[in-house]
Amino acid sequence: MSIFINKKTKLIVQGITGRDGSFHAEQIKAYGTNVVGGVTPGKGGTNVAGIPVFNTVEEAVKKTKANTSVIYVPPPFAVDAIFEAVAAGIKLVICITEGIPANDMMKVYPYVKEMGARLIGPNCPGLISVDQAKVGIMPGTIVKKGGVGVVSRSGTLTYEAIWALTEAGMGQTTCIGIGGDQVIGTNFIDCLEAFENDKSTKSIVMIGEIGGSDEEDAAKYIKKYVTKPVVSFIAGQTAPPGKRMGHAGAIISGGSGTAEDKIKALNKAGVPVAGSPTEIPMYLKELIQKAKENKKGTKNKKKSSKKSKVVSIKKTATKIKSTRKMVAKGKKKTAVKKRK
Amino acid sequence: MKIHEYQAKDLFAEAGIPVPPGEVATTPVEAFEIAERINRPVMVKSQVHVGGRGKAGGVKYAENPEAAKVLAANILGMDIKGLKVQKVLVTAAEDIISESYVGIVLDRASKKPVFMVSPAGGVDIEEVAAKTPEKIFKLEIDPVRGLQPYQARNLAYKLYRDINQVRQCASILMKLYEVFWKVDASLVEINPLITNPSSQVVAIDAKVNIDDNALYRQKDVEALRDLDAENPAEIAARDGDLSYVPLDGHIGCMVNGAGLAMATMDLVKRYGGDPANFLDIGGSSNPQKVVTALNIITSDTKVRSILINIFGGITRCDDVAKGIVTALEELKPTIPIVVRLTGTNADQAKKILAKYKLPHENTLDDVVKKAIEMARVEI
Repeated sequence: MSIFINKKTKLIVQGITGRDGSFHAEQIKAYGTNVVGGVTPGKGGTNVAGIPVFNTVEEAVKKTKANTSVIYVPPPFAVDAIFEAVAAGIKLVICITEGIPANDMMKVYPYVKEMGARLIGPNCPGLISVDQAKVGIMPGTIVKKGGVGVVSRSGTLTYEAIWALTEAGMGQTTCIGIGGDQVIGTNFIDCLEAFENDKSTKSIVMIGEIGGSDEEDAAKYIKKYVTKPVVSFIAGQTAPPGKRMGHAGAIISGGSGTAEDKIKALNKAGVPVAGSPTEIPMYLKELIQKAKENKKGTKNKKKSSKKSKVVSIKKTATKIKSTRKMVAKGKKKTAVKKRK
Repeated sequence: MKIHEYQAKDLFAEAGIPVPPGEVATTPVEAFEIAERINRPVMVKSQVHVGGRGKAGGVKYAENPEAAKVLAANILGMDIKGLKVQKVLVTAAEDIISESYVGIVLDRASKKPVFMVSPAGGVDIEEVAAKTPEKIFKLEIDPVRGLQPYQARNLAYKLYRDINQVRQCASILMKLYEVFWKVDASLVEINPLITNPSSQVVAIDAKVNIDDNALYRQKDVEALRDLDAENPAEIAARDGDLSYVPLDGHIGCMVNGAGLAMATMDLVKRYGGDPANFLDIGGSSNPQKVVTALNIITSDTKVRSILINIFGGITRCDDVAKGIVTALEELKPTIPIVVRLTGTNADQAKKILAKYKLPHENTLDDVVKKAIEMARVEI
């Protein structure tokens, strides 16, 4: 299992004849993704690495029954490409393009919502559902099949975290990069919800960075709705305020969006924040272990008290809360020790 | 991208927002002449890309042209938060009855432009937000339908009681919203928006930040860029298509990817060092970028060791290695360099670099520790 993409994904590549589009179309196909077509206006009838090229998305969808699109179109034309894909009935659009004006994204986003589609990105590396499908630019070589769901605002930092997990023997279900821009289609909460509902995902890694309040919102969501263990990493603790750190969205403005605030919010929600991406597997293993022990405890309790369901549910709820707190405290202690 | 107050005021004036008459001066004599033309008391305002100019002594009142000349002589060349004042705006002084704040920012959570207005103007709006949040009124605007006149009026009523002033303000808000879209701004701000004794509403300050992603279609706005007001290394980085932010430390960093670059800096700090910069060479594998990047880092006299951290995915490590070789040959740096190249084509990269005997580490944590150690030896 996985989220958003899988064996049923039928992908078209918008901008397939461009330098990036043609290179990645081949890589995506080589990973085993079902790439059914490409689109470049004026290049219809040709093919790229055996993938048929169409003039319009509408035509591509009609001929191939595509349900997903990935966009490698330069910034001045990328928003038009999103409109075109959604209008043609594509329900999942992944936009890799970096450098789209925020004002354009504000205008296209309401249309995506209205049409009931999902947009991932822009300015994102895409996603991989391990051994099923890859869409975007993530290297397929670093992932390994397993039970960890990974979501991140970054590209190479995500690879670093995935690689650390793989090296530690902790494989992944889906690894997804949601993008580093200010206005993005899919946020942390969307992915957390999907991972929570995905049976094969047993734990979650969330990699955030400075700027905005997506991590704080995610922390609140996790506390309320996520039962699976979550470990985080936040980049940009040493970033100066008011400076854009590469990503358009990675900026501390008006004193908000600092790493400190995000870490505080996550700790408060019982989510440990690793001091280095390489320490993520260690934190995750500990948390999974604690969750198992906790589960055993809950089961025993259920057996002993059959009096009232309501009471036992309440007890479980408080128990989960209190272990979360304990975990958070325990983490802090180990983190301090590590630094010494 | 930031533009100066006088440039922002030009944009406002073009859109029909009332601003006091004024011109920019680079010498005291020019300031004298402008004050003479304005023919009433003026403000002499330093033009630098930083807040808190007033508190730093960079904004002064001048009764007459002679006083304007003296003040301009003082302010020009002044250092405000590390930036040297090269220009002053000489503008008619207004008598102030009331001060408000109005601004538009992009709200990331709602994915909409948001109007913020407050009757507590003239002070730092973040301070108002922290101390008296009830004095700030916010309104999300539908980006497709745009700002409706009734919305502008509703906001104006939060600031003024006098219907004449409400009308003036509503008209200013409509025009401000137009400017926001016209120049692809990420922020437009009037602080303060004042009323004067003749009951007119006037913008006596102006701030406009432009979305860097939109500069390709904002050539007129990009032409406003003041290269003198920027760090030369930042200009070189931008010309070389690199993301670079100078910092105060002594460990120069060159990384691929913004997130990983930030994480690398954080680890430098964590293990007891101080990063000299943020530098992301981006996703492509252009060796020339590596040369430009190393040139920028080695030009920073604070740097005592250089850390190169590349996680190859789309970026190919062998291309980066070729860039490093070219840079070593061209620049002949004396500062010690430690590299970590992992991922796509890392083995080829190591072969290319073999004869240069640069220390190599395999993990993120180790390369950071090594860079710190090398910087210590250098002291």
